[in-house]
Amino acid sequence: MNDLTPPPPALGCRTSPILKQRGQREVFCGLTGIIWLHRKIQDAFFLVVGSRTCAHLLQSAAGVMIFAEPRFGTAILEESDLAGLNDAHKELDREVARLLSRRPDIRQLFLVGSCPSEVIKLDLSRAAERLTKEFAPKVRVLEYSGSGIETTFTQGEDACLASMVPVLPASDARELLVVGALPDVVEDQMLGLLDAMGIGPVRVLPARNIDDEMGIGSNTVFALTQPFLSDTHAALERRGARHIAAPFPLGEEGTTAWLAAVAEEFGVDRALFDQVTEAPRRRARQAVAAAAETLTGKTVFFFPDSQLEIPLARFLARECGMTPLEVGSPYIHDALHGPDLDLLPEGPQISEGQDVDLQLERCRELRPDLTVCGLGLANPLEAEGLSTKWAIELVFTPVHFYEQAGDLAALFARPLRRKGILNHGTSDPLFAEARA
Amino acid sequence: MKLTVWTYEGPPHVGAMRVATGMKGLHYVLHAPQGDTYADLLFTMIERRDHRPPVTYTTFQARDLGSDTAGLFKKACQDAFDRFQPEAIIVGASCTAELIQDDPAGLAETMGLPIPVIPLELPSYQRKENFGADETFLQIVRHLAEPMEKTARVSCNIIGPTALGFRHRDDVQEITNLLYEMGIEVNVTAPMGSTPSDIAKMGQAHFNVLLYPETGESAARYCEKTFGQPYTKVVPIGVGATNDFIAEVRKLSGSTSTIDMQQSRQQWWSRSVDSTYLTGKRVFIFGDGTHVAAAARFARDEMGFEVAGMGCYNREYARPIRALAKEYGLEALITDDYLEVEAAIEELQPEMILGTQMERHIGKRLGIPCAVISAPVHVQDFPARYSPQMGFEGANVLFDTWVHPLVMGLEEHLLHMFREDFEFNDEAGASHHGGHAPKPMTTPTETTTEQAVEEPVTTDASGNVVWLADAEKELKKIPFFVRGKARRNTENYAAEKGLGQISIDTLYDAKAHYAR
Repeated sequence: MNDLTPPPPALGCRTSPILKQRGQREVFCGLTGIIWLHRKIQDAFFLVVGSRTCAHLLQSAAGVMIFAEPRFGTAILEESDLAGLNDAHKELDREVARLLSRRPDIRQLFLVGSCPSEVIKLDLSRAAERLTKEFAPKVRVLEYSGSGIETTFTQGEDACLASMVPVLPASDARELLVVGALPDVVEDQMLGLLDAMGIGPVRVLPARNIDDEMGIGSNTVFALTQPFLSDTHAALERRGARHIAAPFPLGEEGTTAWLAAVAEEFGVDRALFDQVTEAPRRRARQAVAAAAETLTGKTVFFFPDSQLEIPLARFLARECGMTPLEVGSPYIHDALHGPDLDLLPEGPQISEGQDVDLQLERCRELRPDLTVCGLGLANPLEAEGLSTKWAIELVFTPVHFYEQAGDLAALFARPLRRKGILNHGTSDPLFAEARA
Repeated sequence: MKLTVWTYEGPPHVGAMRVATGMKGLHYVLHAPQGDTYADLLFTMIERRDHRPPVTYTTFQARDLGSDTAGLFKKACQDAFDRFQPEAIIVGASCTAELIQDDPAGLAETMGLPIPVIPLELPSYQRKENFGADETFLQIVRHLAEPMEKTARVSCNIIGPTALGFRHRDDVQEITNLLYEMGIEVNVTAPMGSTPSDIAKMGQAHFNVLLYPETGESAARYCEKTFGQPYTKVVPIGVGATNDFIAEVRKLSGSTSTIDMQQSRQQWWSRSVDSTYLTGKRVFIFGDGTHVAAAARFARDEMGFEVAGMGCYNREYARPIRALAKEYGLEALITDDYLEVEAAIEELQPEMILGTQMERHIGKRLGIPCAVISAPVHVQDFPARYSPQMGFEGANVLFDTWVHPLVMGLEEHLLHMFREDFEFNDEAGASHHGGHAPKPMTTPTETTTEQAVEEPVTTDASGNVVWLADAEKELKKIPFFVRGKARRNTENYAAEKGLGQISIDTLYDAKAHYAR
């Protein structure tokens, strides 16, 4: 890379000891991924086979209901389904047939396993096979588990994408596959940058429609845009594809490093790379600098949520001048997170998994300037005087690549700026006590 | 198996959480997989609570299933006791834990904790959130409330309010003040705001005030049987119901105090001439049974609306709501399938919906104003200001809330007169709602002008009656807030007369026919 990039730290966090605790985990289950996946894959329907709790989770996590008729729903198991599994399969067939006749726009149907369907061992792969036969070629039926006993939050997307890999056609073409659901605007920016460097053809998983799907084989190389895609990573390697390891494209530095790794793979020369990236790098840096004024010199504490924590900590430490105190992630995979851990300066406690009460104790002890945590913890911590950034917003907002780097920094700066702006005090000395 | 897109009620353990989170000094140990912790955000985000709900989840994972999930439960239970030092614990299972049959109740019992441990049996695959709250509160009262001597002064308990309840916070304050005015002390308000030791002395009260039958009726019945405490049957929503409630409380307490009606403005607001335009507005009412019944009375008797349809999502109230609907000359819609509700509203084309957050979305889609009268709730249903539904102030709030979504009276006339005005036009919607113009009707607007006048353009829902292009065009000249009604009336009229086509004449014949 070029001279604008600070050198990597003498000692990163890749070899730091990892704190692993078992206890209550305050995380979403993988079903939550449906909220963004159903917007991204436009001809898909996600049918959760689960309980009322699953339906309630999707509705609550969606927060603002996406109206019209969403492209997801829950087949709620009832008492009678639990008694006989054969009947459950029959019931499922009936519900699917009804759904597909009512929604002829559906080309791909994902049967999504849940905690109850896993526990009663309802075999959705058998169901998917049976239903594919019945509805092929118009509709493809796949299945994956988004259950809380198997998956945490963003792992739902991982499981969904991994379920698609085995059914992709074989291909010997030398192609780049970019893996991870990104907002369309970000995806288009990324494709524009790669195109300007002469890299192509570029395929994207998940494709927006089933007809845009790609072939795959030993000449495929792939890059991940999301740090939670470890099963998809493994599934692609099983198909012979090769992973381009890189830091994740968050912030100016991460984006440049990610693009550089891809450019190197495709033999893009340095001058062209600089020419393509120079302007957006400058813009990104300028935009980040504005928010970094608020962030620099501040401490940050990450509760585990989306597996984005390590790349985000790297971004905040190296581009925004923050000091991470603890970086918690639900899972850490060296093949995926290693390059970001290399860049994250040593110091913070790296933790994997969670005992939420013990972690809250550490957080209260350290009193970070900013705590990144889930919605269940954010308001209670604010009430204790800590500033928080609720983490789901980082998954629901366009934050990847150059043009979003400033927005990403601003997401962290906003709670601190807000704290600075609000003033419920009084200058009347009579109320001095109340003010204190 | 039933395909569900949106649900009106959560699972029963969420009902138990509403009870636990409303109380203090009580802890809920819930055997549940990771992911079920999402329920915390209902309270910390939607209700903006500044504390985590007092719930410990075991958050078991797949790898625990083969080993010792029971051990995990006992550890969670012990940790919760050590850390939070509650006065009592409730234990139960969510839908998944119900399947692995670890028996949390039995496990907790063997632990010998020095506090009451209350087991909950909440069948996740049969029942829902309101049942969960009602049953949980019943079990808490059964286990903790002791027979006691009645208080020297006449007193009552207020029963039913929970965390995440629709305006429970303010209703309790309003009714507490009203009871105080009547010279009656509130002994315990529960579950919301009470501790297990408060529950223990519920038996001291002379009678119970049941504000929310959905979440408190079982406990009220139990107290009636066990402690000889009668309970109130009237839910004081609206001026008339509040007066009935006062009469009922007088009978139960012997109170003769007079009530200051100074603050009750709703009656005059409704009688004043500016409200004339509200007369006969057709409203569709949907929500939980209790709020629907109260809203129907208030809508018809105190606002002068016409109740065009009603229904509830909680089957437990199917019978009373069906009976009530009959009194209004209607057939009740009892369903928890929002698509059915949407279809009913689309068919009825009411001028306003009184519903839940679900119906607010339906209204948005159909361009029909909606006021929220019932749970399920949304962050907007927890306003910072005092805004009860019950008592005399509650009636004031209802008046304001129900009128707000409508186009104002004089504005209605102006819209009729100056429909083509560039800023004061049809598409702009009500002038006090920035940017909330209704969606255009589903008719093919672009093509109508080019079609021959007598060519049929659209058909009604049944496909039997055809709108001719000129009639369709005329229909568009009718302002948006009555257009739906005009369309429906005209189609009904045409069907009644056995007409296959609707012309301009049919439209105006129908108008004359339905004139009132």
